[in-house]
Amino acid sequence: MLIYASKRFGIAVLVAITVSLLSFSLIYLSGDPAMALAGESATQEDIENIRRVYGYDQPLVVQYTNWLTKALVGDFGYSNYMRVNVADIIFARLPTTMTLGGCALLFALVLSIPLGVLAAMRPNTMIDRFALSLAVVGQALPSFWFALILVFWLGITWQVLPITGTASWLNFVMPSVALGYYITPAVMRLTRAGMLEVLTSDYIRTARAKGLRPPVVLFKHALRNAIIPVVALAAVQFGFMLGGSIVIETIFAINGLGYLAWESIQRGDLPMMQAIVLILACFYIVLTFLADMLNAFLDPRIRVG
Amino acid sequence: MIRKLMTAAAMVALAASLGTGKAMAGKANDTLVWATDREQAVIDPYYNNTRELVIIGQTIWDMLLFRDLDTGEFKPLLATSYKWVNNTTLDFELRKDVVFHNGKKFNADDVAYTINWVANKDNGVLTYKNVSWMKSAEKLGEHKVRINLHKPFPAALPYLSNAVAIMPTGHYDNAPKKPDGKPDIGAIKPVGTGPYKFVNLKVGESLTMAKNDNYLKGSPKGQPQIGNLVFRTIKEMNTQMAELLTGGLDWMWDVPKDQAEKLASRVQVVNAPTMRVSYIQFDTNGKSGQDFFTKKKVRQAFAHAVNRQSIAKNMVGGASVVTHSACHPVQFGCAQDVPQWNYDPAKAKKLLAEAGYPNGFTFDLYAYRQREFTEAVIGDLAKVGIKANLKFMQYRALRDLVWKNQTPVNHMTWGSNSIPDVSAITSHFFSGGRDDFAKDPDVIKSLEIADTSTDPALRRKEYKKALSKISGELYWLPMFTYAKYYVFSNDLDFKVTPDEIPRFYTAKWK
Repeated sequence: MLIYASKRFGIAVLVAITVSLLSFSLIYLSGDPAMALAGESATQEDIENIRRVYGYDQPLVVQYTNWLTKALVGDFGYSNYMRVNVADIIFARLPTTMTLGGCALLFALVLSIPLGVLAAMRPNTMIDRFALSLAVVGQALPSFWFALILVFWLGITWQVLPITGTASWLNFVMPSVALGYYITPAVMRLTRAGMLEVLTSDYIRTARAKGLRPPVVLFKHALRNAIIPVVALAAVQFGFMLGGSIVIETIFAINGLGYLAWESIQRGDLPMMQAIVLILACFYIVLTFLADMLNAFLDPRIRVG
Repeated sequence: MIRKLMTAAAMVALAASLGTGKAMAGKANDTLVWATDREQAVIDPYYNNTRELVIIGQTIWDMLLFRDLDTGEFKPLLATSYKWVNNTTLDFELRKDVVFHNGKKFNADDVAYTINWVANKDNGVLTYKNVSWMKSAEKLGEHKVRINLHKPFPAALPYLSNAVAIMPTGHYDNAPKKPDGKPDIGAIKPVGTGPYKFVNLKVGESLTMAKNDNYLKGSPKGQPQIGNLVFRTIKEMNTQMAELLTGGLDWMWDVPKDQAEKLASRVQVVNAPTMRVSYIQFDTNGKSGQDFFTKKKVRQAFAHAVNRQSIAKNMVGGASVVTHSACHPVQFGCAQDVPQWNYDPAKAKKLLAEAGYPNGFTFDLYAYRQREFTEAVIGDLAKVGIKANLKFMQYRALRDLVWKNQTPVNHMTWGSNSIPDVSAITSHFFSGGRDDFAKDPDVIKSLEIADTSTDPALRRKEYKKALSKISGELYWLPMFTYAKYYVFSNDLDFKVTPDEIPRFYTAKWK
């Protein structure tokens, strides 16, 4: 396990270094960063001053090392547009996005895993068809459209849920459902497929022949094996929801990280873009690493192989 | 880093565990909540050039003068009287009973400080065009001040009543420094003398203002009635409407015509003119690489092909009108008896054939605002055989392309900062600057005369000459005036004004 963990950790570190290089190079995508920061009415003197103050006159290797060293201790620079340290605004908005992503993932898992298990236990029955229909609708329905339907019925017509903001847990219900429903089909199909395969395997037949109770066979022996790819998928989807919730955050006026990324691109807020890309990518890397570890814990064949 | 992550984790738990929060808008809470789609990071009318800050600027701050929209008359506000000493010198007597929100008494030092700060180009004022005509200000007495102009500037009074907010002495002096050593204006607490005072700002979310109970008695603005004003940023129009219908919002604008009409049975809906105009700008020099529009007949064909009347009435709203000159009809000097281009598709086809394009051509049309209006233009052009590829982008990106002369045709709008004078638009675009594709010496000369003359008759004459040339040569195709749909709560007594500056300080509950 230790050797496997070390290998995966090494790969994660290499990916993180590659991502950091890409994030760093973002600042040069729009040309001269000193000119971009100085603004439209800046004089050559202003531009040179900014170049010196921000260290853009140093060799690229030195710039990258300085930037990475600061980033590792949470110093991502200063946002000229927002007039704050980038880290302050990101860490202020991160909880909102984490809450939204976590709630959406919870909703997706709570809905899709039981449905996937039920569908696998009763293949080609009404339950299976219902689960399949739910998956098809979830896959086909654009999340913004589903969000607006929720707003119309739950927010305007019945007025049971608040529409915008993050003032209470109730504010997160509609956005979580809208965001989580989008990943439900993938998780459900994977659970169903895994369970179908596992339920027809020899060791399950043996467990049943030993006279074990059906719930024990199902949850202790079958689901534990079928859930392995779901864990990996859920980790990746969580990463997707952290960075990809722009539309949902816009509709429900939630000031999260995804929305901040979109705004920063529009404003040309380069330090903010760099930091968001780096942080979200690191989340992906950490989540993937954790998923690998969990998979290895659940299935010894992985760590041996 | 670890501490920040732990703080973030704690905030996740806190965010999830907070109790139910009810919307704070409405009469019951004495809080008027209004929303737009733009977030405001800097609350200072000199360092933020959005429409929201024009509105907030007149809410938190006062100007020396006040323009009565009903009569067009300039009334004293922070000043008690004014006098032109000569063409470049303007003296003001000031009120003695005005107090800033922080308790400081207002006097001539504040006016001199503000004007000397904003007129200094080194201080990086974003709305510099609004103040660049002032050279300096000097204190003549405790309540008397003199403003010196660079040269005669007849539009001084409109600017002084709309765009020159007075800050307390030393307002910008103690601003924290940014890493580049410049003052961090956004970190300064906004302090004015206006009817509402700043309470707090949550960047990206909201700005809260409270009624100034000590507001100047006898102000031509009147006395504020509603206890609190909250500006919210809600990006999505449908979400704004949903909040309005469920009591989370009291006021919104820019609602599309079809949706506004559907809301009319549930809330108050008003369509009102604004100072914003729509126009098409042609690359008359061919610098963009597409040289179709260097030919006047092609520009004429374009003008005859577009049904501006239909777009104005059917898409923009009943208060919109077609314009014929490169300005807004209510602005001083905006002559409309200039060469006009009526809707005539047959004539457009004939002109195209004469220009050498009997089968039309394909070009890139750039736009940034109300995509549906530009799509209507494209539809009309298609009927005469001209195919336009729509390049729709953010304003900032398009403006940069325009400045680099990379757009063959761009569909733009301009709000003139609500300044009721042609100098705020025509002179801005046709005085030979980076927005001026044509750089016509006759136009530049006429505008120079009109912009610096104090003789109204001469100004009208020269502006008309310039505007006639612009329309005659079709450097621009003026399109229509904008009209906005305002939608607000049935509880709100709110008067819509024609200059796109909602006066929330006059609003009250029914």
